[in-house]
Amino acid sequence: MILGGVSRVLLIEDDPAVREGLELALTRHGHRVRAVESGEQGLDRLRTDLPDVVVLDLMLPGMDGFEVCRRIRAAGEVPIIMLTARGDDIDVVAGLEAGADDYVVKPVQPRVLEARIRAVLRRIGRDQAELERHGDLTIDRAGLVVAKRGVPVGLPPTELRLLLELSGTPGRVHSRQQLLESVWEHGYFGDSRLVDACVQRLRAKIEDDSAAPVYVQTVRGFGYRFGPV
Amino acid sequence: MSRRVTPRPSPGLRARLLFAFALLCVVTAAAVAGGSYVQARNAILQRAQDAAVLAMTSRLEALYPLQSATPDQTQLDEIAAAATDQDCCGFAFYREMHSPVTGPPVPGPPGRWGPEGRPPVVDLGAISPELRREVAGGRTAWQRVVLQDGPWLIVGTPLLIVEQGRPTRVSGIEVYVARSLAAEKRSVDELAARAWLTGGAALAFAVVLALLATRGVLGPVRELGRAARLLGEGELRTRIAVRGSDELADVARTFNNTAAELERHVEQLREMEADARRFVADVSHELRTPLAALAAVADVLEEEAAGLPEPAGRAASLVSQETLNLTALVNDLIEISRFDSGVAALTLNEVDVAELVRATLRVRGWSESVDAELAPGVMARLDPRRVDVILANLVGNALRHGEPPVSVRLSTDPHWIALEVRDHGPGLDEAVLPHVFDRFYKANAARARSEGSGLGLAIARENARLHRGDLTVTNAPDGGATFTLRLPRRAPDPDGQINTGGPE
Repeated sequence: MILGGVSRVLLIEDDPAVREGLELALTRHGHRVRAVESGEQGLDRLRTDLPDVVVLDLMLPGMDGFEVCRRIRAAGEVPIIMLTARGDDIDVVAGLEAGADDYVVKPVQPRVLEARIRAVLRRIGRDQAELERHGDLTIDRAGLVVAKRGVPVGLPPTELRLLLELSGTPGRVHSRQQLLESVWEHGYFGDSRLVDACVQRLRAKIEDDSAAPVYVQTVRGFGYRFGPV
Repeated sequence: MSRRVTPRPSPGLRARLLFAFALLCVVTAAAVAGGSYVQARNAILQRAQDAAVLAMTSRLEALYPLQSATPDQTQLDEIAAAATDQDCCGFAFYREMHSPVTGPPVPGPPGRWGPEGRPPVVDLGAISPELRREVAGGRTAWQRVVLQDGPWLIVGTPLLIVEQGRPTRVSGIEVYVARSLAAEKRSVDELAARAWLTGGAALAFAVVLALLATRGVLGPVRELGRAARLLGEGELRTRIAVRGSDELADVARTFNNTAAELERHVEQLREMEADARRFVADVSHELRTPLAALAAVADVLEEEAAGLPEPAGRAASLVSQETLNLTALVNDLIEISRFDSGVAALTLNEVDVAELVRATLRVRGWSESVDAELAPGVMARLDPRRVDVILANLVGNALRHGEPPVSVRLSTDPHWIALEVRDHGPGLDEAVLPHVFDRFYKANAARARSEGSGLGLAIARENARLHRGDLTVTNAPDGGATFTLRLPRRAPDPDGQINTGGPE
């Protein structure tokens, strides 16, 4: 998962033409692509290939994309980008809740998908900062480890980046647009549901009570802020 | 079809029915009560008259035989006294002589005797010369006169001289009796009052009947009117309860049949329209999968085109370019079918409008070519992605089809924001203006293919309306087309939206 180097992409897509087209395009962009046609095969490959990123079509025969997404998330922190059909808002929301980091609407332009892949793979800058303590939460910006009451919390890269972004300036409000630009690199007009879904997943892992968050707080009408703890 | 219906049945119908009933009643009452009044009045007066004449004649019988054919004053007084009783006062005349008048008529309400219990005495002037002449001619005569204390009956009779073997002749003595008709007048007045009362009661009764009758007619008519109004407002399931089998019931039945037909037709049309839209949506979705494959390799083809020998290179770049266009078209079709099926939803966020506009221009590299006049610090709750789609379309059109300078201006009031996108070209043809938001409308038939899908402005307007705002176009007086996007500062939150305020 080194930027500019070869990254391993696991592509799960049932339509052979789309699968082949995307494989072709992503290979041209310098990725090593493993393309499979079902969720079951994808989960097998996940264990053997250890991909850096999974590109997952939500409409799959057999095990559906949401279930595959949940299982991948349960198995580890590999970033997931889903392919959704335009106009299927429910799918987007359900996919994000299942743990996807980002989504791309079909028909996919390869350069858009490429930009998303690069964004989720981008190395998180390691600071020289000391260990930060925020209440029960410790954030090691150098080692990229987050722990709660001393127990490390496994965070997928997008959630980790969101937490680092927010906790970098405790008490400051970040609008969804700002977060989309800084964390997802989406430009100004990304889908703010990405932020909301990611915040919910993050809260489930670091808050004592997701309904009464202490660390990632909602500022209604504006966005989110970290603390003050 | 859009003609406005009067909201109520005409009030004239009720008024006319009431009037007709009242008129009928008045005429009938007048005929019946008036007729019997006149008859009863005549009968009463006649009886009084007959009684007076009879009483007088019987009293005068006592005077015969006359003591003298040429009476003196004393004899006249006696005659007068004989004619007088408690009801009447009598007078006697002979030539220039007459019995004395004992005083003026007793004042007081007509028909009441004076305090002494004597009959009132009338003035001699009450006896008209015509009556005198008639009586002098040898006939018994009577006359009704109205004096200041009421009506009086004056009866006059000549005293006759009857001798054996000689024809009866007039003695020259005239006897008059004045009798007050006050009691009769009271009876007649009472009759009249009763006639009025009966007439009035009948009128009131008729009005009540008329009201009941009009309610019986107007009720169904009003219900019909209400139903027709509902039908006009699109409530196609409106029906009327059919009661009885009269003409109104026929009308109600006809109305129900018409409404049922209308409902069926509209239902059919709706189904056809829904089918057409579903077809478009289905086609778009079916196109998506092959297009996804095409789109995936279009980039590859584009990048390789330069290295390919002609004509394969040109063909490759053509395929690549058209794949992009086709993708845009299918995306737009899918987008518009989402509006049609009502599944399009807002993702609302509190945003700085000026920042949003600047981002739209920046992302597309238009910052240099567009004059932006944006008030700072204007916050609005809207769907930034959709507003970006609208603005990109408007500014893109202005840059492509209009002439520079292209400007974007933001103005606000407490409830609305308005974004005005303007170019300085020749403006749009007046005939085109009403159609620019139509789907696939091409202003110029010759320019059958343009960069856009032909759905851009239609989608822009749908996006504006989804915010409960609007998008309009006018030609500026000094040239150039002006598109105005008006959005409420707080677009209504759609229900069930996951991220209206973010998770809490």
